[in-house]
This record gives sequence, structure tokens and C-alpha cells, in this order.
Amino acid sequence: MVSVGQHENIEILSYSEVEEVSGFVGSFKVKVRKKARYVNEDLCTGCGLCQEKCPTKDILSEFEAGIGTRKAIYMPFAQAVPRVPVIDTEHCRHFQKGKCGVCQKLCPRGAVDYEQEDQILELAVGTILVTTGFDLFDATRAPEYGYGRLDNVVTSLEFERMISASGPTHGKVLLKDGREPQSVAILHCIGSRDERYNVHCSRVCCMWSLKFAHLLKDVTDAEVYELYIDMRAFGKGYEEFYRRLLREGVIFIRGKGAEVTDVPESPEEEGKLIVKCEDTLLGELRRLPVDMVVLSTGLEPRRDAVQVAHTFGLSRSGDGFFLEKHVKLAPVETASDGIFIAGACQGPKDIPDTVAQAGAAAVAALAMMDRGKVTLQPYVAIVDVERCSGCGECVLACPYSAIELVDGHAQIEETACKGCGTCVGHCLSKALSLSHFTDEELVAEMRGALRVLEVA
Amino acid sequence: MTYEPKIIAYACTYCSYPGADLAGISRIKYSPNVNIIRVLCSGRVSPELILRTFREGADGVLVLGCHYGDCHFINGNHRTAKRVAVLKRLLEYAGIEPERLRLEWVSASEGERFAKIVDEFTNTVSQLPPIQELLRG
Repeated sequence: MVSVGQHENIEILSYSEVEEVSGFVGSFKVKVRKKARYVNEDLCTGCGLCQEKCPTKDILSEFEAGIGTRKAIYMPFAQAVPRVPVIDTEHCRHFQKGKCGVCQKLCPRGAVDYEQEDQILELAVGTILVTTGFDLFDATRAPEYGYGRLDNVVTSLEFERMISASGPTHGKVLLKDGREPQSVAILHCIGSRDERYNVHCSRVCCMWSLKFAHLLKDVTDAEVYELYIDMRAFGKGYEEFYRRLLREGVIFIRGKGAEVTDVPESPEEEGKLIVKCEDTLLGELRRLPVDMVVLSTGLEPRRDAVQVAHTFGLSRSGDGFFLEKHVKLAPVETASDGIFIAGACQGPKDIPDTVAQAGAAAVAALAMMDRGKVTLQPYVAIVDVERCSGCGECVLACPYSAIELVDGHAQIEETACKGCGTCVGHCLSKALSLSHFTDEELVAEMRGALRVLEVA
Repeated sequence: MTYEPKIIAYACTYCSYPGADLAGISRIKYSPNVNIIRVLCSGRVSPELILRTFREGADGVLVLGCHYGDCHFINGNHRTAKRVAVLKRLLEYAGIEPERLRLEWVSASEGERFAKIVDEFTNTVSQLPPIQELLRG
């Protein structure tokens, strides 16, 4: 990320949102709202004094998945690019109560600017790559697992931050009461491969669950259970990693966790979380008393995927992720020329696959620009001036405002016409025609198609 | 089924045609009575073309486009929806069963839906007499 930030040909607009895209391949116009971060990027050196001295506290950090805290002026995470903080106006004392101003007073560069406003940028670009990523399944949607209701039921992201050496607990796995867990159950497929929520497999959760088990064995003495439907160790070196874990003493149970409860039925279940499941290899129902439950939540399309799809003119597949032009032959292209997709916005995938796809998308976009010209489809509407009555129905029908009435008849603006043929379908005097989709051609095709059916 | 109806489906390039393609890629079986003709947008399918298709001997005509809001050409499919509704009433007036014409929205990810529509429509049309009888009559 740092080398991207330093590259002379790359400009990063962080904390910004695309509001509108118009134009076409080679000449898109993109309207970007650069939100006010209340810190001047040109002056700030990223020293971090402001977030150190900010008097706010106990604001849950989004990056730490809510198990750590941040200040009201903060950098999202330590390696963030650009290294410029942002003010969260909902928690900032200056914005909420009108007094404070500590960060502004202390900033050695005078970079804090409470008056900053959103900027609207108009960019002219040739091609667009959409790489908007995913959302994690919200575990409160599956109440049987007790997330948010029972202590020590955590999501995979919370656990990831907990076990990270740079996280809020410095890599220590701790229960709510500060003890180290004696037993941990990791539940796969929460919110994916489940007809109630998402049918698709999220692909990455098996492997991160295995990683968690491995790290747990490393940093604690806990008994670790993995409850899985199928073990999908599909990538290079992954199956080997799974086999290694089999030897590390992790207990694998083939069966999806059905419920997590804190109601004990026997003395050894007292004070524990009990995971109910069906062990499909033993063919019996089991109750596992554990100290901690990790829910391996699945990947979903982002909440705003519908709006983003509309902004960029993308289609979405049945699972809600963005649709590629062709699943095998054009996996990074989309139905809109010049707009490419890569990463988890196209479907759940792990880091190696994302890097590979992003490389392919970048090269596809560059190749298009390097050519310096694009091949347009030869479909454009044609007017037969003799037949045109100048009624103007086509002008109203055209989705692109590509038709005008000139001298009492329709005239097509060929660069604006996309060749949909809506005007042709609408013309009452049959004066309009669409190149390569003329009535004669369609009728000939239709006759041929009928003959084929006749023979069959 | 007393006879094998002949059905022409006009499918748009960006949603329904890839939808049909997906049905094929996914090896979903559907009625072989349908032959697909690709048009850029369902908006291109004029009432004349539909009538012509019946006159040439098609027992049923399917017009397939993108779902509302998903049309690659912004709103070409809205125009189609209006036209087909009117044409159905005209067909009835002319003594052709309006069930022979059907407009459906199929997205590029709906291979199964495509197959289901084709099967249902084939079934509907096969309950009606062959169009040749109407044309002769």
C-alpha cells in the first residue's frame, strides 16, 4: 500500500465516494465526493500527536472489530495510506459541544481545519476498476448462536484482532473475565452454505478457521474443536496445512454447530458455553462444553452493492455479487465496456486469488488504454428520411437523447446512439431501422429459426 | 401434448441471452421447442415483428428482457412492457389467443428461471391449436 501511495502515476482518493459516472469507455466522467476529514492532507505529516492527545475515549474502533478503542481524531489503522487522520464528528467534542480544539492547538503543522468542507471532484478517465470488496455476515441474524447475547461468543474478525500481536490484547486470547480459555469451539459456515441466509460457499472461512486453530494451539493450552460441514482446503498448500493440523491435536467434528447455549444439563457443563451439534461421522448428537465459541462468519456482497451497481452500470449475479461478462472467458470484464471488476466484490475469494484477479483486471484496463482506441459495436439507428413523418415519438422513446427533429424528420446523433433499437420498435411509420438488426435481417433469422424447429 | 409447438424467443443481449447461455452452461434441460433470436434490447422488438413472427408460423412468441432498473439501455424494457400489453389486446381482437405472446424478465444470472419460463410457456402454447389452423381459418 505504501508503494502505491508513493507511485507518481497513482493518486489515492481515500475517504471519498463516487457519486455519478457518465460517458463511455475511453471518456468516462466520474463525479467524486471527497469527504471533509478536517485535516489538511498537504500539511499533515502523520506524526500522530493529535490522536495521542485527543481527550475522547472509549469509542469502539471499527478496525479492531469493536474489541479495541480509538479516539475521535484517528487513523483507521497503523499502516493506513495516506497517513492522515480523520475526525469522527459524531464523537468529537469540538463538533458536538463547540469547545475543545486540543488537536488544532497542538498540531505542530497547523493541519487541523474544522472548517473544511466536502469537495466534489470531476475526473475524466478512460477505464474504471471496481474493487469494492465484501461485508461479513452479521452474526446477530442467526440468534441460535447467541452472538451479542452470550459472553465469549465472538466472530472470526473479533478473534482475528484478539490473536493478532498488534491487536488490542497484544495477541492474548482472553475471555470476558480475563481468564485464558481452556477450550474453544470454532463453528464453520455461519451465514454461508445455509439456505436461510446465503447458499454460496464463502471459500476463505475453512482456511482462516484452520489458522485460528493453529494459532490457538501455539499461544494457549486450550482444547480446540472445529465443527465443519465439509473441509474445503482448495488452494495451493492448503490441504497440506489441514493435514498438519490433524497431527497437532485439533479435534475435528464433521457436523455444523446447531446452537450455542449457556443452560447446563450436567455438572461439567456448569459455567460453560454448550455447543450442540450432530457429529455425522459418529452419527450422534453431541453437547460440547467450551469456554469460547468463534463463529466463522461468511462473506456477503456489500450492503451498498445495489447502489454501486447502479452507479457503474453493473449487473449482479444471484448471490448479489457483481457479475462478470463471462464466467470463464471474460472473468474481469463487465457488460459495460471499460468497466472491470476484481476481488471479493465479484465473489468470495482469498488473498492469492484476489491478487491474481486484480492483476488481470489492471492489465485488461491498461491494454485497452494503451491501444489508444476502442472498437465500438457497429449498431446504430438509421432514419429513412422519405418515410419519416416527424411525429417525434422516437425522440421521447430514446433512452440516450440521441434523436433530434431536424427539418421535420428525425436525426440520429451517432456517437450518442448505443444501438438499443427502442426507437425502431416504437416508430409508427417504419422509418427507423437498426444496422445489423434490420427488420429484413431479423425476419430472415426468424424464418430460419422456424424452419429448424419444423425439421426437429 | 398433441403437437410440437414452434416458439420464437426474442432475448436481449445483456440479460436474457446470457441468462439462456447460463442455462446451457449449467446443463439445465429445457424444452427444445424454442429457438432464440438475439436482439440488442427488448425495446427493439416491434409489434410488427411479433405479428410477422406469428404470420410466418410461430405458435408462440416469447419476449425476454432485463428486469426493471437493470436494463443496459436504461429503460428500453419499459417501452417493451407498454407495447406488449397493448399488442396482447389487439391479438385478442384479431382472434389470436393473447396467451401466445408472453413478456418476461430474465437476468443474466437466471439460467434456471429462463428454463422454467420456456417450459411453462411451451406447455401453455401446446394447449392451444397450431397457429396454422388460425391462419388458414
